[in-house]
Amino acid sequence: MKILTRMGDGSNVEFTRDELRKEFEEGSEAAAAKGKIPPLTENEYDYLVDMFAAPTRIWGVERGHEVVMTKDGCVNALNSSRMSSGVAAPVNREVGVRLFESMLGFDSMEVAHNDYSVKPQRFLKALEQVHMELLQETTIIPLLYGFMPNLGLYYRPDGAFENPSDLLQMSKIDEARRTQEEALEVCQQDCILMSDCMLEMGADGIDYDTVASTGDAEFYLALRTTEHVAKETGLPVQIGMASEMVLGFHGELEYDGVRLAGLWPHQQMKVCEKAGAAIFGPVVNTNTKKSVPWNLGRALTFVKACTEDAQIPIHPNVGMGVGGVPMFETPAVDIVTRVSAAMIEVGRADGL
Amino acid sequence: MHMAHLLASSMGGIRTAGDLVARMELKKMKIDEAKRYVADKLHVSTLDLSDPTLMRLLREELDIGVVTAVPGVAKGMAAKIRIAELLGIEINSVEQFKKKTGLHA
Repeated sequence: MKILTRMGDGSNVEFTRDELRKEFEEGSEAAAAKGKIPPLTENEYDYLVDMFAAPTRIWGVERGHEVVMTKDGCVNALNSSRMSSGVAAPVNREVGVRLFESMLGFDSMEVAHNDYSVKPQRFLKALEQVHMELLQETTIIPLLYGFMPNLGLYYRPDGAFENPSDLLQMSKIDEARRTQEEALEVCQQDCILMSDCMLEMGADGIDYDTVASTGDAEFYLALRTTEHVAKETGLPVQIGMASEMVLGFHGELEYDGVRLAGLWPHQQMKVCEKAGAAIFGPVVNTNTKKSVPWNLGRALTFVKACTEDAQIPIHPNVGMGVGGVPMFETPAVDIVTRVSAAMIEVGRADGL
Repeated sequence: MHMAHLLASSMGGIRTAGDLVARMELKKMKIDEAKRYVADKLHVSTLDLSDPTLMRLLREELDIGVVTAVPGVAKGMAAKIRIAELLGIEINSVEQFKKKTGLHA
């Protein structure tokens, strides 16, 4: 009998029960080899195969195993464009956050600007502050302020600093490193400015999202900013990563003696913990040419390596194209609910 | 997609005790410890924390905010002032509110 499931691009695919198990095993072994971490156990494969073999459209965790949700991208799914799977609803973020709290029952929310990068957000600092202040008066759930450090906006043509990608193409490796070191200082100042001003407005914490999108220099500044917020204010910082491995655009940057380039999720988690982060959000990228079972087996192996060793809560990213969720604008609920439950029952996540 | 995750695995925010557990996770407690802490403060089991029937009634009794629009029940900042007392924690927005209104002891 064939079991209907999906590929990493969301399209349908069928497997026999044995083929399905092999997909999970091969995905897990791929992660184990990359990260030098243990693969999933036989019991965990059994649970996953039973879950995917069930003909039901929806799956869920066992009662009592529910976790809490944190959010990135504010209410972009309501009022932004397709880039955020948004529907451009005529809803401002004050209304949107209230809807996420009441109608959707979110456990926490993030306040952020639609653009979501710190560089443009700092020009709107006063507006951003007032919205946080107003929302804190009217909501009950924890509200974090969020943004992406997005160091790439500090390089030409968007910013003032020479673009390391251009320099690397000309084999100007030292110059590429220097421009990243100069740019990260400015980006870090902006991140600290926006964090401190939001904490004065009563924010329950700060969410640095899509961290290390431009590699190790961006990760480095996010860790230093986290250290500042944790030490100076004692307030919580959530770090959500951009991808599963930190790219070594610089290659030599270290945090507390650990080289940042090439770190995998469980290694990223340790430096985030050291910097003082309260919640860590690992990312495992979805391979669209592989099946969801393969991708989920791989993602769970990395997530489990984080949760087994972490002192802080782990909230894996499970949006479009990460954590085993297909890379598609409108991912199917048969997959999203299974990924959701698997992250908790197998990955032992503290939240999503 | 949010709804799929909410249905599959979320506590449910102020429909239940999800917001309270989230506050404890922000204090670096992992999920089991956070649930135990909140359950002890509310004198319920950890299973009860995700039960919308039980928590809807308990939240109104404790006056810590409910999900539906009920006149007279604590909302927004008023609910958070009570939550801070109930959980024995500082909530940043509550502290800022006290500073602004001169309510700090």
